[in-house]
Amino acid sequence: MFDYDKWQEIFNTISKNKLRTFLTALGVFWGIFMLVVLMGAGSGFQNGVLAMFGGHAKNAMYVWTNRTTMPYDGLQAGRFTQITNDDIKAIENDLEDVLEYMSPRLYVPSTEVTYKNKGEAYEVRGDTPYLLKIDAIDLDQGRFINQKDMDDRRKVVVIGMEVAKNFFGKNKKEEAVDPIGQFIKIQGVDYLVVGVVASDRRGEDATEDNKSIFMPLTTAQQVTNRHGKIGWFVCTINTNYPVGLAENRIKTLLKKRHRVHPEDPRGVGTDNVEEELREIMGLFNGISFLVWFVGIGSLLFGIIGVGNIMLIVVKDRTKEIGIRKAMGATPRSIVSMILLESVFITTLAGYIGLVVSIGVVYLMKIAAGTDVQFFLNPQIDLKISLGALAMLIIAGALTGLVPAMQAANVNPVTALKDE
Amino acid sequence: MIHLKGIRKSYKTEFTSLEVLKGIDLSIEEGDFVSIMGSSGSGKSTLLNILGLLDEYDTGEYTLDGVLMKDLSQTQAALYRNQFLGFVFQSFNLLPFKSAKENVALPLYYKKIPRKIRQEKALEYLEKVGLKDWADHLPNQMSGGQQQRVAIARALISEPKVILADEPTGALDTQTSHDVMEIFKEVNKQGITIIIVTHEEDIAEMTNKVIRLKDGNMVTE
Ligand SMILES: Nc1ncnc2c1ncn2[C@@H]1O[C@H](COP(=O)(O)OP(=O)(O)O)[C@@H](O)[C@H]1O
Ligand SMILES: [Mg+2]
Repeated sequence: MFDYDKWQEIFNTISKNKLRTFLTALGVFWGIFMLVVLMGAGSGFQNGVLAMFGGHAKNAMYVWTNRTTMPYDGLQAGRFTQITNDDIKAIENDLEDVLEYMSPRLYVPSTEVTYKNKGEAYEVRGDTPYLLKIDAIDLDQGRFINQKDMDDRRKVVVIGMEVAKNFFGKNKKEEAVDPIGQFIKIQGVDYLVVGVVASDRRGEDATEDNKSIFMPLTTAQQVTNRHGKIGWFVCTINTNYPVGLAENRIKTLLKKRHRVHPEDPRGVGTDNVEEELREIMGLFNGISFLVWFVGIGSLLFGIIGVGNIMLIVVKDRTKEIGIRKAMGATPRSIVSMILLESVFITTLAGYIGLVVSIGVVYLMKIAAGTDVQFFLNPQIDLKISLGALAMLIIAGALTGLVPAMQAANVNPVTALKDE
Repeated sequence: MIHLKGIRKSYKTEFTSLEVLKGIDLSIEEGDFVSIMGSSGSGKSTLLNILGLLDEYDTGEYTLDGVLMKDLSQTQAALYRNQFLGFVFQSFNLLPFKSAKENVALPLYYKKIPRKIRQEKALEYLEKVGLKDWADHLPNQMSGGQQQRVAIARALISEPKVILADEPTGALDTQTSHDVMEIFKEVNKQGITIIIVTHEEDIAEMTNKVIRLKDGNMVTE
């Protein structure tokens, strides 16, 4: 089946008509290259933005309070509302049907935290065991806060990675120490370290998480002397229930409980990831539309380029074809020669385009690493790339076929006529 | 070898019809060295192209080596050309991107002869026309006379029965023309039939038989 002689003849012709070969190859190369690189960049952007949400539950919502702006029910504007344990209970009761996890938080005002002779100001948060289910942090060592800690208001803490590294990591003077079981001092009081967590977010957000210290909410309420009080809370809603609806229910309930005007834009504030996610998904649709638009455009550009060059090539070769026919070439051998040449060139060029573009996407991946926000782990859909390549090759062959057949059937006398 | 009977050929356009050959009767025997003469436009090339199966005739009969050449498909014509005929053109018609050797070897490629043998034979035939040392040169690195000798080697390599040459010396000076004709004479001595179109008397004189065309008819000597 493999006709060595035919290929020899084809290589000979290709290698001695370099410009023609190059121009044919360029269109295919460019079409594939653009498509693959664009797809890679698009997916990198998509992955990057999605990663910014990290392990955040997509069905989470945040609720906080601030000063009212409207007088209501005999109360003046500018009053500060305070979420309490009772509010949390009321919400848990009222939204029992749709509420998944609830995790209230209370900050301990920023203070110096010390271990032995080392000290640094870290953010200290009072949290509940459910935080791990909702927020973008993962347990790295030990355990997280549990219900017993909560009930007994234990003086235990879970620390972020950075804190652990700073206090217990290896340095010039000391060997690394297992943080679990060590005591650190917050506001002069000893706390037992029971776990280490790592952030699942990226960039500054990750640093913020990793530089935090988590203690039981109840403990935080006690040491700040804010019994029963909550700073804000995050909760997740059953995935089959619209977060926006739950958000409204919670807002209405809290406003009622705290006598805030139902129309007051402030007083009770809420936010949810779903909305943000929807906006970002809209952005993605725009991006992938652009990727496809430009990608298909450059593919089309490549196909038209290949087709045009095939037309020119065949015209350019009329005389050659006439000579070959005078030497005994059959029309069939002429058509197969032209087609094999074009398929060979387009396949090779497409392959090179594929390899180079995959290389470029790989370089993008390495260059971006995990530190660049908005860009992570660009991927290539090999099926689409190969499909596009096949399309280019077939298009090249088809656009070459008609002029090749015409040329092969031209009367050799006409073909050989001197201009 | 070649027998024509009442060959007619006209070129038709939408409104006009130009009869170029008006009934040619002609016999050329094996080993003949024939020239076709006539003024420009008298139909010499047309006749030669019909003999070479490069063009079709309208009516009449053309038998080549005892086979009637009528209504051939392109593929059949290609086969007969490859088997029986060798061509030499006024403008040489070498492939510009192939070396002398590769140009000479081309007809054997279409005869499906293995590459190695093709190369050897090409060198052998280049030697016959005195161009062995030029085997790896491209056509544009050679003089007109050299290119025409390469073209003759190419016509000879498939060991044809008939060589058809359309004004082979038309683009050459007198001395080179005579060199080329010497080669044709040598080839003819080996028994190959040669038909040359020319309008130069001194060239025609070197052949054994002259056929004169005038207004599409043969003029008897
Ligand atoms: N393909 C063609 N279409 C129309 N007319 C043609 C064609 N080829 C040749 N002719 C005409 O036929 C006549 C004979 O041409 P040709 O055989 O080339 O003459 P010669 O070779 O003797 O100069 C000329 O008048 C020429 O214009
Ligand atoms: Mg002529």
